[in-house]
Amino acid sequence: MSGVPQALDGLNVVEFGGYAAGPHIGKVLGNFGAKVVHVESSDRPDGFRLQYPPFAGNKPGLNRGGCFSFFNDSKYGVTIDVKKPEGLDLARRLINWSDLVVENMRPGVMERLGLGYAKLSEANPRLVMLSTCNMGQTGPRADTPGFGSQLSALAGFCGMTGHPDGPPQLLYGPYIDYIASTLGASAVLAALVNSKKTGKGSWIDLSQYESGLLFMGGALQEYFTTGHVPDRRGNDDDEAAPHGAFPCRGDEWVALSCWSDADFAALAGVLGNPRLATQAAFATADARRAHKEPLEELISTWTRERSAEAAAASLQEAGIAAYPVVTMAGLFSDPQLTARRQWRVRRHPEMGDQAYSFPGFDLQEAPGDIVGPAPCLGADNDFVFRDLVGLTDAEYESYQERGVFG
Amino acid sequence: MLLGDVLVIDATDRLGWLAGRVLADLGADVIKIDGPGTDRTRPDWRAFNVNKRVLDTDPKNPAASKAELDALLAKADICLLTPSPDSDPALDPDDLRERYPRLIVVAITPFGRTGPRSGWRASDLEIMAAGGAMSMAGEPDGVPVRVSEPQSHSWAGAHAASGALVALFQRERTGQGDLVEVSAQSSVLIALSHAPAFYDLNGVVATRAGAFMTGRSIKGARYRVFWPCKDGWLNFIFYGGVAGRRTNEQLVAWMRERGAKLGPLASIDWARFDPTKADQAEVDALEAPAMKFFAGVTKREYLIEAHKREMLGYPVSTVADIVTDPQIEERGYFQKVAGSDETYCGSFAIIDGERPPLRHAAGTPLAQAQPIPRRAGSKP
Repeated sequence: MSGVPQALDGLNVVEFGGYAAGPHIGKVLGNFGAKVVHVESSDRPDGFRLQYPPFAGNKPGLNRGGCFSFFNDSKYGVTIDVKKPEGLDLARRLINWSDLVVENMRPGVMERLGLGYAKLSEANPRLVMLSTCNMGQTGPRADTPGFGSQLSALAGFCGMTGHPDGPPQLLYGPYIDYIASTLGASAVLAALVNSKKTGKGSWIDLSQYESGLLFMGGALQEYFTTGHVPDRRGNDDDEAAPHGAFPCRGDEWVALSCWSDADFAALAGVLGNPRLATQAAFATADARRAHKEPLEELISTWTRERSAEAAAASLQEAGIAAYPVVTMAGLFSDPQLTARRQWRVRRHPEMGDQAYSFPGFDLQEAPGDIVGPAPCLGADNDFVFRDLVGLTDAEYESYQERGVFG
Repeated sequence: MLLGDVLVIDATDRLGWLAGRVLADLGADVIKIDGPGTDRTRPDWRAFNVNKRVLDTDPKNPAASKAELDALLAKADICLLTPSPDSDPALDPDDLRERYPRLIVVAITPFGRTGPRSGWRASDLEIMAAGGAMSMAGEPDGVPVRVSEPQSHSWAGAHAASGALVALFQRERTGQGDLVEVSAQSSVLIALSHAPAFYDLNGVVATRAGAFMTGRSIKGARYRVFWPCKDGWLNFIFYGGVAGRRTNEQLVAWMRERGAKLGPLASIDWARFDPTKADQAEVDALEAPAMKFFAGVTKREYLIEAHKREMLGYPVSTVADIVTDPQIEERGYFQKVAGSDETYCGSFAIIDGERPPLRHAAGTPLAQAQPIPRRAGSKP
């Protein structure tokens, strides 16, 4: 952990819910110094703990899930049985300690528990709350539950991925959930800054569907302005040619693109055939598009003899945009990610060492960090409720006796 | 408006446009600095620069442009940049940090400003390759692909907005700005969800799955995810578990009501159905009647029925489907700006029951736009 105060020092966050869309927000805030408490119960632990692999050592267990730990580093873990009235009382005390509540239950669940924003803000007017779900809190399909992997199809991403003559393609995992959580982090920070200035908190209704559509903005705008419905087009591009991925030695691939005739002349030089750039079939981008197949075969003949790393290095040397198609293994040896300390290993009490992923931004003067590994279920009840919330020994023991930390 | 007294100077290229858009949607006054020759008819320019006021730099009078920019920077809270060797030297991130101690300077680049490949050239395609996303999209035995709507710029821009606001939160306490550094390559990684953890924990390299779900059956069977329908494609999976049971039962009920041939689907006890134990022949047999049924269903019909029946699954939408979705319409997601006929994606969140309205049409010149009223007591 860095020795300077972190940017979000003093910010207290409570999370209700689980899986991806809520917890990723808290993880990022935790990476920059917020105190983030992830609330679960023994009966209903976060679904990412057990429902999906990977598990450390391939042994499933509540505290062994890589899916959970990946989005919950730098947080405290507590358990509260909110089905008990005393549990709700404790949840309210925890919320009163906080500046921000993030929840991703189905719409109306928090309200039915008595933890809706209207009630909570009566006791804590500065409170900011973010509620995120598939469709948003209102509208004719607000009650739709669903997986982000499928919502990515509804929001247009799957239909815009793949080849025009083939089926739509999956994007790995709940792609769209992370768009919502990344935008959600901005929304809560804006509301927190505003709350500090005005003394008034806000309730943010974040629809994962609508958040995703912002990342489809160009395609939607094209439809609004021209009526054209863009379709998936493999790796083709309107401006650049060639523009695609090419096979390399050992099942590797390299991505490259030429954005001008000068770029292509440089590529022709790298391929060892500078005259290609002046041949009528390849001299302009339109010509290169019209002769895509023979051009791609010429490039592939060169790339197949090289590793993706060697191909990309030669191309960059000549000033051409190129990068290996990095695999999930390659991410851990990529020299650029390594230099930026993308992966930071922390020791988890049951899982052992795990590499946690740092966000895509950092602050030069108050850098963030992976503050600690993901918490085991309920591991921080003692610290959070006694030291942060300030329960007396008698209060703590009374809650304990009544099974509230369940 | 949450960021009602925040002034943002946005001097970014395509890689950073979304950052300013996000801050504008949250209420900031965003001034886009634009050089000559920008094609403002491009749909992506319009989509990601709406809600900003535009200040054109004048190449014939660089001294006046610089003076105007300096005056804005002196009162700005955040300055968004996409520094490159071709950038205006007056907008050097380190220099700006030194000149304006309260200013939050955000530098968005493909790979970050340090590291052995910080100088490498990259467009959306190479950033998606570098961030691992291309290895996860496409047919398993085919070419890795990118999403045809560029994504890496949006990932970078969304992270840049978060970074800027982390620094703004800090400035409320310290009075000091900061330099926020954004790597587009790193920003894409979150799109991979937990796929990297398979390798880190167990040495398993997750890869692209195409149009099928693999890795669920111990007998190696693959399950269809995308089904041709009457007017396009649907997303549906024979899941197990409680959610799968409900979905599968409802599909069969729906097929029965329509008089569709059920084949082996008729006799399956969904309470006991375990997708992990089926082999490919069994999966093919249960998928065949569903395939025939879906071929006669439209995307909109499927959207309505799946919701009504609480089934998991959505149509594979095109942008034309999305703009007429009643859910989107009722929540007023798409918006126009007063005085303009153009429609845009609206602000991404509803705040205190209201979607913050878009204030400036794409390309509105700074001089023509009404300045945003500032909160009483805030600095000019």
